[in-house]
Amino acid sequence: MIAFPVFDLKRILVNLKRYGRPAVIAIAAAIVLSSCASNEAGSTATDDAAASTLSGTINAAGASSQGSAQEAWISAFQTANPDVTINYDPSGSGAGRETFIAGGTDFAGSDSYLNDEELAGTFAACAPDSTAVDLPVYISPIAVIFNVEGVTDLNLDADTLAKIFTGAITTWNDPAIVALNADADLPATAITAVHRSDDSGTTKNFADYLFQAAPDVWTEKPADPFPYQTGEGAQGTSGVVDAVTNGTGTIGYADASRAGDLGVAKIQVGDEFVEYTAEAAAAVVDGSPLVEGRADNDLAIKLDRLTTDASHYPLVLVSYALVCTEYADAEQGALVKEYVSYMASEDGQVEAAASAGAAPLSTDLQAKVAAVLETIK
Amino acid sequence: MTTAVDRIAIKAKERPGDRIFSTATVVAGSLILAVLAAVALFLFVQSIPAFVAPADAFKGDFSNFWSYVAPLAFGTAWSAFLALLMAVPIAIAVALFISHYAPRKLAQGLGYLVDLLAAVPSVVFGLWGIGVLAPMVQPFYASLVEWFGWFPLFAGPVSGTGRTILTVAIVLAVMVLPIITAICREIFLQTPVLYEEASLALGATRWEMITMAVLPFGRAGIISASMLGLGRALGETMAVAMVLSPNPEVIFQLLTSQNSNTIAANIALNFPEAHGVGVNILLATGLVLFVITLIVNMIARVIINRRKAFSGAN
Amino acid sequence: MSTVTISSPVTNSLTAGKLPKNAPLMVLAASWLVVGAFFTVIFLSGASESFNWAGTLFFGTVLYCIALYLFSYFVEGIRRAKDRLVTALVAIAFVVAMIPLISLVGTTIVNGLPAFLTPTFFTESQRNVVGAGGGALHAIIGTLFVTGLATLISVPIGLLTAIYLTEYGRGRLARGITFFVDVMTGIPSIVAGLFAYALFSLLFNDPGIRFGFGGSVALSVLMIPVVVRSSEEMLKLVPNELREAAYALGVPKWLTIVKVVLPTSLAGIVTGVMISISRVIGETAPLLIVAGFTSSMNYDLFSERMMTLPVFVYNQYASQGADSQAYIDRAWAGALTLIVIVMLLNLVARLVARTFSPKLGR
Repeated sequence: MIAFPVFDLKRILVNLKRYGRPAVIAIAAAIVLSSCASNEAGSTATDDAAASTLSGTINAAGASSQGSAQEAWISAFQTANPDVTINYDPSGSGAGRETFIAGGTDFAGSDSYLNDEELAGTFAACAPDSTAVDLPVYISPIAVIFNVEGVTDLNLDADTLAKIFTGAITTWNDPAIVALNADADLPATAITAVHRSDDSGTTKNFADYLFQAAPDVWTEKPADPFPYQTGEGAQGTSGVVDAVTNGTGTIGYADASRAGDLGVAKIQVGDEFVEYTAEAAAAVVDGSPLVEGRADNDLAIKLDRLTTDASHYPLVLVSYALVCTEYADAEQGALVKEYVSYMASEDGQVEAAASAGAAPLSTDLQAKVAAVLETIK
Repeated sequence: MTTAVDRIAIKAKERPGDRIFSTATVVAGSLILAVLAAVALFLFVQSIPAFVAPADAFKGDFSNFWSYVAPLAFGTAWSAFLALLMAVPIAIAVALFISHYAPRKLAQGLGYLVDLLAAVPSVVFGLWGIGVLAPMVQPFYASLVEWFGWFPLFAGPVSGTGRTILTVAIVLAVMVLPIITAICREIFLQTPVLYEEASLALGATRWEMITMAVLPFGRAGIISASMLGLGRALGETMAVAMVLSPNPEVIFQLLTSQNSNTIAANIALNFPEAHGVGVNILLATGLVLFVITLIVNMIARVIINRRKAFSGAN
Repeated sequence: MSTVTISSPVTNSLTAGKLPKNAPLMVLAASWLVVGAFFTVIFLSGASESFNWAGTLFFGTVLYCIALYLFSYFVEGIRRAKDRLVTALVAIAFVVAMIPLISLVGTTIVNGLPAFLTPTFFTESQRNVVGAGGGALHAIIGTLFVTGLATLISVPIGLLTAIYLTEYGRGRLARGITFFVDVMTGIPSIVAGLFAYALFSLLFNDPGIRFGFGGSVALSVLMIPVVVRSSEEMLKLVPNELREAAYALGVPKWLTIVKVVLPTSLAGIVTGVMISISRVIGETAPLLIVAGFTSSMNYDLFSERMMTLPVFVYNQYASQGADSQAYIDRAWAGALTLIVIVMLLNLVARLVARTFSPKLGR
């Protein structure tokens, strides 16, 4: 406080004696607290036989869908390589691509692959005359979650799902839903369909599925914002899950890992109703072709939403790591290559499945990604 | 403020200390203007591309920037208005309770409790709004729609989760309450004791004493406090983004799933994925919010200036 | 308190009648009983599934206000009746304001305690932690550093400006500053963050810039107007007689301000500064943009990302892993920590204010 210096020093001291004790305790506590975090001081504790020689810092930004997987990967990678620090900023796919293009980050995470316009431009972090490629590293099934009293199982086809989210079906005992769920005891409650109120790759993939599988009902082109002005919006996956959990007669879509105890609807594929599983999600990605007309080492996937194979679950999100084919800074390039290789490896995928609920890439796809990474400089 | 010494033309000797001190205050004041000018300039320059952006740059069916920002501006004003409508009377009452009604020993502790509310991070208000408040008020909303649905503001269909603009207004009211209360309390406590004792001695009841001595004395301060509260209500970002179920339209209804979004929350929702001109559009909406507060404050200034008589420093 | 109630112990024909001392309490109890009985009848008749507690309290309280007003009106006359009604309303308003507070703090404590009480919460960061475990030390340090620096920037500027406005300012500059300080209170927090980010990314030509000092600057933009407005209000309330007495004794103006005006309003100013700290310490959006987040410790405000508690809370909530309960627990514990920090700050500030401000009549 500015007025202090002019106070009589003696009075301050006397008063400090009388009243200053809590302040002193607080200050002392702050000093004790500000000593090193105990889990960081011991980074040398990992004296493995094969001590890593890697060191440096990787900065990355991008899709928040990969966020918790990145957290797990970073933790494992940093433990194995104590001198490496990795920061992944889940600021969103668009922002991630933008900062990567501008050279602010070493790689980007993105829910959508680079478009032709972006590929035609230059990438500031990459060596001159080199470009960037898309590598799938993270697959997450999207679950349709619901919270309706007395209903534990729910079967939906694409048309009905689209009608619910576009506001054409408004009650749970609508004939269209009853027809698919003969055994369920559906109440007359109004449906509150919860969608993401922020821009999101989850929304885009959900919309892409409905746009392809129920083209008569869902006529809006898939994009990051939710296109219809019906239902209820909620921020982020956590917001959707909270809104569905706390509401009555609610339905929403979210990353499957976050479905928790909520009811999860089965989606019609071919003639059967399929519940999401990690295998089914990985299977549909495996069965889908690459996007045509791109460089050979670019692994952008054109998802087969119309699959009729009942071992596939077509409502999935694929998230990519965008890396340079050749880095301007070769040392940095080697570090990024090492880290991304770990992400796409068997170990990395198992780690992501355990801590983030992702669906591991098939061994086939893992091999393809590894082959591309081999060529990166 | 003018002092008696100044008014009669005798000039006191100006000492170096005086000169240094007054210069420091002027510099500090000007620094604020400079910062504000920098913020405004930054916002304005960044906003220019948005004003001329083509229709397809906007999400949803909007022909230009103004049609995009109008519902947001409305939602901002509407939610802040509802919040202040609830918060100001309660805040004044709470401040009065602490300063003039509660027993002396209790009052300190109570004031402390209310101050605590100001410290709760907005994210926690958001969590509390979704997890506790919204489910709690939803049945109440449902019956409100059932019985008073004929009243336009309460028209249905009721939201299934309770995450409506009224819930947001309640959350905002709780957020601004401690700010308004704390300032009002300090001001009420500064009411000259002589005024209060004089009115009591004349046989006034406590309430009459308050209306005659305390409230007139604190009027400008109450308005100032409300403006600070309004500032927070207008600019609150995370809590609104987390609690509100938004829709890009002008909607007066308080209890449905479709609600006008606020400018700040809209920035928070869209900024992470925004790029290119999208960023400029969001910053331009920030500029609009800036202008809204400017207008609101102008109105408040006019009200305050009309009644300056009671300020102690005059 | 100067609430000298005008009550005469001796009843005589000159004063109007008076309700017994504990009348309000009795009326309140009676009102609740009556409404409670009404709802019990409804409950027993099977019209509703459970006893309506909320309805009993709400309608009982409404009935109390009406009944008390009427009793007092007939016994004591309209002026007393009004006084009693307002007293009741003010007390009710206080209780109403306490409900969300208790609910909020209660929810935070109940949800936050499990992780708050784990020993590692205050000794570890989140580095290399997946799922349960780890702590928030990095965020606690970050919040103290970033907010502390913001306070160091804002309080001198804000207080000096307030002094200028009340003691020196006249004419256009003073009016301009007053007006624009008001406008500044309306800057949305996220815009302050964007401003700081744009400023520093331009200055250092680094599009990915994230550092603690940027967060301090963003918070200062939000904090300064609150400091100015609240200090100004408090300085204005210092009676002119005090200043005039000092001048009459030949005290220079600046010393009058420092030794007389400031100490007189110190309690209020400290409250104002505390409010401004509380106002910004929980800000999430600007820090998310410009201070970024990290799971590691960082003691350097001027380089690399710095975690802060609100961002920690948001991050734990928004990007939950498979073991989501661990993340939610940590989010609430972070919120609880923030509240505890502000509580301690408030306590210290109050002690300072009480110690150094001159003793007044109250």
